[in-house]
Amino acid sequence: MDQLLINPNYPHILSTLVFLPLAGALLLLFVKNEFFARYWALGITALTAILSIPLVSAFDTTSSKFQFVEQYKWVDSLNIQYVIGVDGISILLVMLTTFIMPLCVLASWSYIKTRVQTFMICLMIMETAMLGVFMALDFVLFYILWEAMLIPMYLLIGIWGGPRKIYASIKFFLYTLAGSIMLLVGIIWLYKTNNYSFFIPDMMWKNYSLTAQIYLFFAFFLAFAIKVPMFPFHTWLPAAHVEAPTAGSVILASVLLKMGTYGFLRFALPITPEATTLLMPYVLWLSIAGIIYGGFTALAQQDMKKLIAYSSVGHMGFVTLGIFVMNIEGMEGSILQMINHGITTGALFLCVGMIYERTHSRELRSATGVGKYMPIYVTFLAFFSLSSFGFPGTNSFVGEFMILAGTFKHNISLALAAIPGAVLAAAYMLRMLQKIVWGGTDNPDQSWLNDLNLREIITLCPFLFFVFWIGLGPQPFIDLIHISVVNLLDQFHAHQGQAVAAAELILH
Amino acid sequence: MQFLPELTLLGAGLVIFLVSLGKTNADKIKTVAICLGAAVFVATLVSFRAQGHLFYDSYKIDLYSQVFKCLIAGAMFVVLILGRKLKDIKNSVHPEYYLFLFISVLGLMMLVSSVELLAIFVALELSSFAVYIMVPMRDDSGNYRFQMEAGIKYLLFGVTATGFMLFGMSYMFGLTGSTQLPVVMEKLSYMYDQPAAIIAIMMVLAGFFYKLALFPFHFWVPDVYEGASNETTAFIASVPKLAAVALLIRIVSMVNGEGQIIVNILMVCAVLSMFYGNLSALVQTDVKRMLGFSGIAHAGFVLLGILTFQLSGYANALYYIIGYVVMNLACFLVICSISNNGENVQICDLNGLHKRSPLLAITLAVALFALAGIPPFVGFMGKFMLLTGALKQGYLFLVILAAINTAIAIFYYLSVVRVTFCSDPDNNNPVISGIFTNTTSIVLLLIIVIMGVAPQGFINFATSAVQSIM
Repeated sequence: MDQLLINPNYPHILSTLVFLPLAGALLLLFVKNEFFARYWALGITALTAILSIPLVSAFDTTSSKFQFVEQYKWVDSLNIQYVIGVDGISILLVMLTTFIMPLCVLASWSYIKTRVQTFMICLMIMETAMLGVFMALDFVLFYILWEAMLIPMYLLIGIWGGPRKIYASIKFFLYTLAGSIMLLVGIIWLYKTNNYSFFIPDMMWKNYSLTAQIYLFFAFFLAFAIKVPMFPFHTWLPAAHVEAPTAGSVILASVLLKMGTYGFLRFALPITPEATTLLMPYVLWLSIAGIIYGGFTALAQQDMKKLIAYSSVGHMGFVTLGIFVMNIEGMEGSILQMINHGITTGALFLCVGMIYERTHSRELRSATGVGKYMPIYVTFLAFFSLSSFGFPGTNSFVGEFMILAGTFKHNISLALAAIPGAVLAAAYMLRMLQKIVWGGTDNPDQSWLNDLNLREIITLCPFLFFVFWIGLGPQPFIDLIHISVVNLLDQFHAHQGQAVAAAELILH
Repeated sequence: MQFLPELTLLGAGLVIFLVSLGKTNADKIKTVAICLGAAVFVATLVSFRAQGHLFYDSYKIDLYSQVFKCLIAGAMFVVLILGRKLKDIKNSVHPEYYLFLFISVLGLMMLVSSVELLAIFVALELSSFAVYIMVPMRDDSGNYRFQMEAGIKYLLFGVTATGFMLFGMSYMFGLTGSTQLPVVMEKLSYMYDQPAAIIAIMMVLAGFFYKLALFPFHFWVPDVYEGASNETTAFIASVPKLAAVALLIRIVSMVNGEGQIIVNILMVCAVLSMFYGNLSALVQTDVKRMLGFSGIAHAGFVLLGILTFQLSGYANALYYIIGYVVMNLACFLVICSISNNGENVQICDLNGLHKRSPLLAITLAVALFALAGIPPFVGFMGKFMLLTGALKQGYLFLVILAAINTAIAIFYYLSVVRVTFCSDPDNNNPVISGIFTNTTSIVLLLIIVIMGVAPQGFINFATSAVQSIM
């Protein structure tokens, strides 16, 4: 239990964050008023965001332990506990989740016209599950929330989605569920091996046999790689992103995808360090494949949502690349890039959603040349697009730069292979930006379009704020994650067994 | 006191019989039947703590049997409520229908207390024959006669399974010279090297596999589920399964753990059952048929707990079957409410249910997600515990196969949820669900969620129940 740190000033802060949205959702069950439902959901999610601020201000950046821990018995006969806490790896993701949810509610304000209460209930249940996943320190608790999240997300896509919502929602559900089935077997195996305990910190840094580690790694990899999604497990993503309503796309892109990479950091690396080292080259090259593939596919898209969805494949490829190069620059860059991607891609999906609300089309062709009539809109869009391909001064630049620096340190050919991805990102984002802002001589008549209203501006402003904050002064964010990453890497390198050393010799 | 629930049931049957002699009035009969059902449930609660032996030790009353009686009575009560309209049964045979229902439940209650081979046989047949008659009682308005086919299939397969069981019992008697279950199993445990002992045990178990619809005794399931009226199917799909699991646990718990062959056979049955059930369910369009196949798969999961030969495994199996019955009843509650005149419900009939009846739509969705094993519902906890128990015994491969099945199963459950929530209704007829239905569905929903979120109390309870027979 020495990995846990209880913060006496805030004894129940994490539980409050987790259960507040759930309570809000349950209360909303009894309300039949759509108008009230919107304000209620906004109030609850905003309150959650405000309540999460002390997490950062009281976070001890000198400790890699889990902080704000709460621990209760849950199912005694199986030794399942309710234990939650955050460390440097998860704190930013928790903050990202709490801050993005009120904006999602705002983005759905007029977008969702039918069954508003149900929609808001789903959003709030999603928030509970997502926060729980990032905080859970008990593997069963983690798995329950990980799976339970599928239900509201499925409904979000399946009910309020686009024309192919049925296909997209079922594919999303099946893919994710099928992927995490072996994770469940792995969890039970770990439970049996670890003296019948599901406590995650107890499972880390044990010297399991290499064979067991490899099997476990595959179980983890399947679950997390699908969630990330890594090439070639990405096919559910464009379908789900495209068909989901704006808020659903934002949640998917900003938070759900991060669960995969979070899973790698939290479970794959500490529980199977030797297998990770052994299989690292394959994962790295898969990441490169994802970067290049995502870039080229995005370049060819006519559908704006699809374009951003494929760009996500590329960006998440950078994140996994940074994780698996196993050095401090790469890993810190990855965690930062997870947040950056959440901010930038979330904002881009919001932008596309705003156009869609006006023209009811996601086609790039029908959105050409709106710059003349929607100057505020394209200003926002320009900043987010620049951020998306890592323009210096924006948030993604910092993240991608650190990841590439780490990759150069690890293996130069790998880094050289990743560079075209960065160029491609500029190509497809600028292509989209050019068409939307200026278009060509054959622009459709866009003069009837209204520029953003106050609500939409308020929705986008926080994103822009963080784009520049992280872009110009990332140090406070890196301070939050630094110690945990250092500790993770130290432990990781300390737990490399003989077998791996031998294999390394053969490989090099 | 010890025999109170059975006597109440018998009395209930007689009351119904007397009522049926007079002029039949469907409403009156319905009220009487529900009141009697409630009385039976109360009787099981009253005699909950009873202990003792009856009828020259062939009838054992312990916590275990009383728990099951309570569950059976509770499930019967829910079946009575959700099927209170008996939409597809002729008004003139309503009293007979209830009469056979009570007799069947009487047989099942006697079954869970029986510890002697002949008593088991008599109780099992008592319950089976009543159901054999209930199945073809469906009104033949469409002149399809498929209820007759269902009835004959149920009867023939049932009789065959009984034949197996009797044959096995004759072996048991021949090998041990006794019909008292404890004596028989004790003596058999010295004979595990002899094929006769194994065959005897497996053949006796076959009778319960039939009731539980476990592979390879599942052949009756789809047609009977489809052919019998919705209310009858709800009954067949839930109550007898409780009793079957009760007896399986009772018998298996007396088998010495060294019977590795038995474990292997059970494992094969479990895996085949899961794969057969889930794969067949994928292509069904009739909701009842689909639930029938899913029931076969779930029977395999129950076996996963039983074949661990551990106290905790039995407790998990008990927990799981309770959960399964609740989830299943919730599904049938919706089916019975949806179907206007008692006709079968196709998946497409559920289109846009969320608009026609939000509560029923939520009930169905939660029940199906729970059946699929999605947390935080009881189905997940049950599966999780079963898998954990099996892996503790080192059956890694079995656990992996079972886990794969969970992934297969989600597709067909999801396709039903899809039409209920994600499509618009073909017709806007609101589904009329009375206060009874609404209350029952809320209660079932709460049980599904509470059992899934706070399983500890239920597990302790199941453990202490199973402990009383160890």
